[in-house]
Amino acid sequence: MLGRLSFADIPLDVPILVGTFLGVAVMGIAVLGLVTYYGKWGYLWKEWLTSVDHKRLAVMYVVVALLALVRGFADAIMMRTQLALAYAGNPGYLPPHHYDQIFSAHGTIMIFFMAMAFMTALFNFVVPLQIGARDVAFPFLNNLSFWMTAVAFALVNVSLFIGEFSQCGWLAYPPLSETQFSPGVGVDYYIWAIQISGVGTLLTGVNFFVTIVKMRAPGMTWMKMPVFTWTAFCSSVLIMVSFPVLTVAVALLGLDRYFGMHFFTNDGGGNQMLYLNMIWAWGHPEVYILVIPAFGVFSEVVPAFSRKPLFGYATMVYATCAIMVLSFVVWVHHFFTMGAGADVNAFFGIATMIISIPTGVKLFNWLFTMYKGRVEFHATMYWAIGFMITFTIGGMTGVMMAIPAADFVLHNSLFLIAHFHNVIIGGVYFGYICGMNFWFPKVFGFKLNEAWGKRAFWCWFVGFYFAFVPLYVLGFEGMTRRLNHYDNAQWHPWLLIAEVGAVMIMFGIVCQVTQLYVSVRDMKLAENRDETGDPWNARSLEWSTSSPPPPYNFAIVPHVHELDAFMHDKENGIDTRQAGGPYQPIHMPKNTVAGFFVGAFSFVLGFAAIWYIWWLAVIALVGIFATVIARSANQDVDYYIPAEEVARIENEHTRKLMAQAAE
Amino acid sequence: MRNKYLKGTARLAGLASVLPLAGCDWDVLDPKGPVGDQLKHLIVESTIAMLIVVVPTIIMVCYFAWKYRASNTEAEYLPKWSHSNKIEVAIWGIPTLIIIFLAVITYQTCHSLDPYRPLDAEATTKPLEVEVVALDWKWLFIYPNEGIATVNQLAIPVNTPVHFVITSDAVMNSFFIPRLGSMIYAMAGMQTQLHLMATEAGDYLGESANYSGRGFSDMKFRTLAMPQDQYAAWVEKVRSSSDQLDDQTYPRLAAPSEAEPVKYYAHVEPNLFDEIVAKYNNGMVMDKSTGKMIHVQSAMSDMNMKE
Repeated sequence: MLGRLSFADIPLDVPILVGTFLGVAVMGIAVLGLVTYYGKWGYLWKEWLTSVDHKRLAVMYVVVALLALVRGFADAIMMRTQLALAYAGNPGYLPPHHYDQIFSAHGTIMIFFMAMAFMTALFNFVVPLQIGARDVAFPFLNNLSFWMTAVAFALVNVSLFIGEFSQCGWLAYPPLSETQFSPGVGVDYYIWAIQISGVGTLLTGVNFFVTIVKMRAPGMTWMKMPVFTWTAFCSSVLIMVSFPVLTVAVALLGLDRYFGMHFFTNDGGGNQMLYLNMIWAWGHPEVYILVIPAFGVFSEVVPAFSRKPLFGYATMVYATCAIMVLSFVVWVHHFFTMGAGADVNAFFGIATMIISIPTGVKLFNWLFTMYKGRVEFHATMYWAIGFMITFTIGGMTGVMMAIPAADFVLHNSLFLIAHFHNVIIGGVYFGYICGMNFWFPKVFGFKLNEAWGKRAFWCWFVGFYFAFVPLYVLGFEGMTRRLNHYDNAQWHPWLLIAEVGAVMIMFGIVCQVTQLYVSVRDMKLAENRDETGDPWNARSLEWSTSSPPPPYNFAIVPHVHELDAFMHDKENGIDTRQAGGPYQPIHMPKNTVAGFFVGAFSFVLGFAAIWYIWWLAVIALVGIFATVIARSANQDVDYYIPAEEVARIENEHTRKLMAQAAE
Repeated sequence: MRNKYLKGTARLAGLASVLPLAGCDWDVLDPKGPVGDQLKHLIVESTIAMLIVVVPTIIMVCYFAWKYRASNTEAEYLPKWSHSNKIEVAIWGIPTLIIIFLAVITYQTCHSLDPYRPLDAEATTKPLEVEVVALDWKWLFIYPNEGIATVNQLAIPVNTPVHFVITSDAVMNSFFIPRLGSMIYAMAGMQTQLHLMATEAGDYLGESANYSGRGFSDMKFRTLAMPQDQYAAWVEKVRSSSDQLDDQTYPRLAAPSEAEPVKYYAHVEPNLFDEIVAKYNNGMVMDKSTGKMIHVQSAMSDMNMKE
């Protein structure tokens, strides 16, 4: 009846997990209780969970990303603590069975559910507003993408309390991930979580590609498009090209595991290197999928806070596109040590180094944007400057590892771990948090607290160096990744320093949570309000609307005359909003429950397939198809906001603007 | 005069590049063999080349941010300036030059340090042949010419090149001795090769650099580099062991086990390594001298193949 699920699969014998479960349960009940107490279920359901509004979906994506950050970080600090303790005969507090799940979950969660979700949040919020569109091209698919991501994250977390997670690392290399070596449910949790969230991500890529190609405001030619939108575009192209490869690779692994096939097994003609090639043909573009939008954020933030246009816009665009193309011809650098010939390795090594040229150019462009500007040291700018310093170092160590011969001693060492955290924390994370501080007032109409933002930055920045410089050293000392315990006296002090760094980063996260709390508490204070919609005197179209923007974004679709359209209008006395109308009724998509139900059924399908509960899997599959058919047959998917309502909302904002101007 | 000055600078520069590394006994930067030596130089050279851009960039970030801070109204402010051909040429040009330099080094070292390429020393000294099998979770070393085998201990004579042929009879691992240089993957059904040499006697860490499951952390071995006479004595010591590695004992060894102690086998089934490779390839194995696939006559055809 329950497949291979039995009571014994609940890890009651692991006190850490029981404690975590109780904590999660108490907090969950508290949240549900509060929602019930305030009678907000209807509001939550109608206004948020079923919303197709890209701005609301962005907020929900950030919620998922922040939850994933907390979960992923808890994993990280547990690993650091284990390695600070497990020295010279002390086994530490995490046995390999638990520890191996933690590092696998850490990587999976941080990439797929923290970084990808945060990136999608930024796409969702910024891109339509920046190109003068009223929503994305496919609002329902956007909602569906969100639910696929959210339920996949839920599935990963269910593995904490029912069964186990994968113990094969975040990419689940075969043959270790094959049934022969990993017979448990861990890898199946991994497979289903990746596949379900992969559907969501692929749809996101398609959605934003079409949105950017088809829905730009009149006058916004390709070379008048804001750089963040360019980066979202390149990232979407990379998603569309690379995610299918991931889906196929993981699906083939699933066929091996579920149907005893031999794609990647040791025997029966399987070839593990096929998997490595496929997973990295996705995996390398993936890191650029994440970091290119972060570059986009800096390209918006640095000009805004340097009071100057971006230096070398055209170069920035070419550099981004060059990175997009090159990112597909470098994947072998993840396994130079598999024994390919010297010429193959040289090709992929040199291709990798070439990427550092356009990336370097971007860095210089931000640098020369500050040059002869008026740099305002806002909290947002701290993250940007911290990024420039940190990412430069990460880029250098990346090129070191791109030299195949050097990689033969650095591969899979803690040097590698230090390198990719250097670019992912210093690049991706700093970028996304920078973007969050930058666009937050646009989303909610009030600013994030700056003092706590700066405290968070310093904890992260200094904590990063304490946590990861020792890892560079440990790499040179021959320490490999994923060790559970060790007896090398030389390694121990460095691992203690790294633990200190992890604690500092924990304080950084605490500061970020405090920043959110303080900002919400003080949201009504006049100095925190954003009444104009343009708190930073910024340059692109999203700042021409009110904060938060009305559901339809733009009452009258703006006309773009120049790059930095809004700044151009401000300087030339053009009213981007065309206040006063005349206004037309606005065609809008209706909210839908279909995304939620497809997501919920996908969750059930995944769970049932993991535990071989086949009858339930069939029901879930039927549920998915039924929902999709019902949604397709539904003609009642849109409505009009009457012109009078538009006029009312717009006139109110105009009044606010006048009042501000009068002050 | 000028020459003297130059020499002094060169010496200073040389000193500066070595200083951070002097007195440091970080395994990879304190190698005990020619492969590791070359790799260390490669790492140091490429790092210095990159620092030419990296250091000024970081300084410029800090300097520009500070100099052009909003409160410094003395500084020049060009609110419209966003393009300069000169700067564009420099920011594309300088990194390109450095990458060309690194690309040349990369191409050269890919060939000169190709793990499959015999060491220069092999022209004069016949290399020691060692066959390596990664098992769950221990390393098996077969010395085909000596007819002996060991577990988790690798003895090699100093100043003698060693030719490793590597496979796995379990999951993928990576064979790595940080003090000697390059690593390479160990994969079931496949053979990879590695040429290393120790020039100094010592006891060096050997490990797997690719996570392989539960017992991974204890999957390490000691590399004993010793003078020729001691090495000969070591071989005799192994030969005096009472254990043998054959179709009876091998499956027991290959079964998963953690933190395996050192083991010596006085005698080893002659074809064992080829059979381990061949059992994943329908009995075929690549002949290392001709590169052709040949069929292995297996004494262990009924060897318990792990499914």
